[in-house]
Amino acid sequence: MSGSRTRQSAVSSRTRLTSGRMGPLWEWLFRIAPASWSEYVLQHWSGRAFVVAVPWLWLALFFLVPFLIVFKISFAEVRIAMPPYTPLIEWVSGQALAVKLNLANYTYLFTDDLYVSSYLYSIKVAAVSALWCLAIGYPMAWAMARSTPTWRSVLLLLVMLPSFTSFLLRVYAWVGLLKNNGPINSVLLALGVIDEPIALVQTDFAVYIAIVYSYLPFMVLPLYNNLEKHDPALLEAAADLGARPATAFLRITLPLSRDGIVAGLLLVFIPAVGEFVIPSLLGRTDQLMIGRVLSDEFFANRDWPVASAVAIVMLLLLVIPIMVFQRFQTRDLERGR
Amino acid sequence: MAESQAANGRMAAQAREYVRVDRVTKRFGDFVAVDDVSLSIGQGEIFCLLGGSGCGKTTLLRMLAGFETPTAGSIFIDGQDMTGIPPYERPANMMFQSYALFPHMTVAKNVAFGLEQERLARAEITQRVGEILELVRMDAYAQRKPHQLSGGQRQRVALARALVKRPKLLLLDEPLGALDKKLREKTQFELLGIQERLGVTFVVVTHDQEEAMTLATRIGVMDRGEIVQVGTPTEIYEYPTSKFVADFIGSVNMFEGRLVEDEPDHVRIDSRDLGGTVYVDHGISAAPEATVWTAIRPEKINIGRERPDGPDNVVRGVVREIAYMGDISVFLVAIDSGRMVRVSRPNIVRQAEDRISWDETVYLSWHASSPIVLTQ
Repeated sequence: MSGSRTRQSAVSSRTRLTSGRMGPLWEWLFRIAPASWSEYVLQHWSGRAFVVAVPWLWLALFFLVPFLIVFKISFAEVRIAMPPYTPLIEWVSGQALAVKLNLANYTYLFTDDLYVSSYLYSIKVAAVSALWCLAIGYPMAWAMARSTPTWRSVLLLLVMLPSFTSFLLRVYAWVGLLKNNGPINSVLLALGVIDEPIALVQTDFAVYIAIVYSYLPFMVLPLYNNLEKHDPALLEAAADLGARPATAFLRITLPLSRDGIVAGLLLVFIPAVGEFVIPSLLGRTDQLMIGRVLSDEFFANRDWPVASAVAIVMLLLLVIPIMVFQRFQTRDLERGR
Repeated sequence: MAESQAANGRMAAQAREYVRVDRVTKRFGDFVAVDDVSLSIGQGEIFCLLGGSGCGKTTLLRMLAGFETPTAGSIFIDGQDMTGIPPYERPANMMFQSYALFPHMTVAKNVAFGLEQERLARAEITQRVGEILELVRMDAYAQRKPHQLSGGQRQRVALARALVKRPKLLLLDEPLGALDKKLREKTQFELLGIQERLGVTFVVVTHDQEEAMTLATRIGVMDRGEIVQVGTPTEIYEYPTSKFVADFIGSVNMFEGRLVEDEPDHVRIDSRDLGGTVYVDHGISAAPEATVWTAIRPEKINIGRERPDGPDNVVRGVVREIAYMGDISVFLVAIDSGRMVRVSRPNIVRQAEDRISWDETVYLSWHASSPIVLTQ
């Protein structure tokens, strides 16, 4: 009985598919495809599958395929040609298929100090920036979540407002502010706090300030989203049970906002590791971040295989925190929140 | 049991005052939530603040807990002025309407939280948490998180969390609001049992008069920020002092009338609403010829086919509706003046031979002690 029902549904979806605007295409497909394939398509391809297929297709085309190409290049050898690397798979005199896997690019990354120190420096900068964002963003998000609904939307808009201007412009603005004859140095000189301009650009300080400034909304928004949902009665209950405000914060608010903290830290840390613009414009010249190294390898050195290896290792470094993030998210979903 | 407890409560109230609310007013902007309220609650009492939504009862409770500061007046708990004392230093614990259990802590951790604030030894905390969870019969659920519990179980954890601190004063905000009727009745008696064993003073806020009637030793009825009457459940029900209270508690038939005979031992009221006269067997304090209201409870009205003797306290009507409720039947009778009168009769026998039915002409009568005469 169930067999006849599936047959019926197959027949009905066949008429549905072939009567639409793409009808002729489907008819052609069903004619040339093996019978079992057509059967499968008619029984399993619902409208929902197509809706889900669109983002999957997008990700496959623009993320997975480029990643595989970069991955492939990272095993090649550099050569002066077009393209500037050796093919991975080659027909040797039309007889045999030769696969050349060159691991030297990866080992090279660990022989030259430049790469290791750049990786470590990038992670350090990203981690410190993320913690600063947390330190500054948490009170902001907390204050927003506790203000009246009218104020909330105003403050929310203020947090997002800088993003309406180009990112590059805002970083250049920091160059202007921090340079030797910029307003900060001028004011300090005029006040007599300093005798000669202090070097602010091309320092760690400048990089931190610009990263924290640029990525702060990515910390504030998930935190606000979390804190805003807290039930104020919980803090009242804590106070009622004898907890002072500081204890109530540490034992109730902070643990309940853990997911927001994790989300914010990752949203700042992940893009900050690969940051290119900020360290290039404001950063030290004696210590590069990995984004800059990558760009130099590709465009200045034209060593695509090494650049690809740099990119793959960076990706692996980022995949670990992303997986941590994912784990937290799934746990939340399972908890039904 | 409720009777004897009510008596105990009254005696306690006379014996020792535990909470005093002294001319307390609370304003939110232009809105007066609590208006010049004074109250005295005795030790070991179960005091219910009863009123509709927005009457100020929750605000008053929150002022007792310390979450709101009175705009004027002061609150004394155990003789100590609570002005400027934060919630975490008050000898009171509150059970929240939403229960406000900490979602990231287990039942045991939730209950232990208050004791940890007192910096008690680990062993003592564990022991007291175990005891109180046993008392509310939640010991088997100690390691569960709040979201794994049912409404009734959460309510008990909330109660345990408030009680474990051994407060002298327990504040309960609509404690049984989220429970279904059966569970509610059961929990009411559980609460009474716990209160009896621990001797805690309860202040309960509720909009549910049944809850107030079962729990309370005394009830304070609130309306628009004011306490309109304070009394035992019996006093509130049988001797309301205003139309509002008479109408708010239970159901009542209210007739407007004029005082025509005013003697120390009886009064007679002529009511056009009723289409007859009401004879009341006690004197009242009102000016002669004053407009008064007569309130008669549905269960105190007799219904019959024969006209009883006497000129007073009887009125003729036609049965319009009968609602069978199982334990009682409610009759809606259209009397000659056009008013509808509500009468309830217990269903004493299973199947009456000669039951009054729809559209029958009947006579309604009542005893001279039944009418409540109200002047405001």
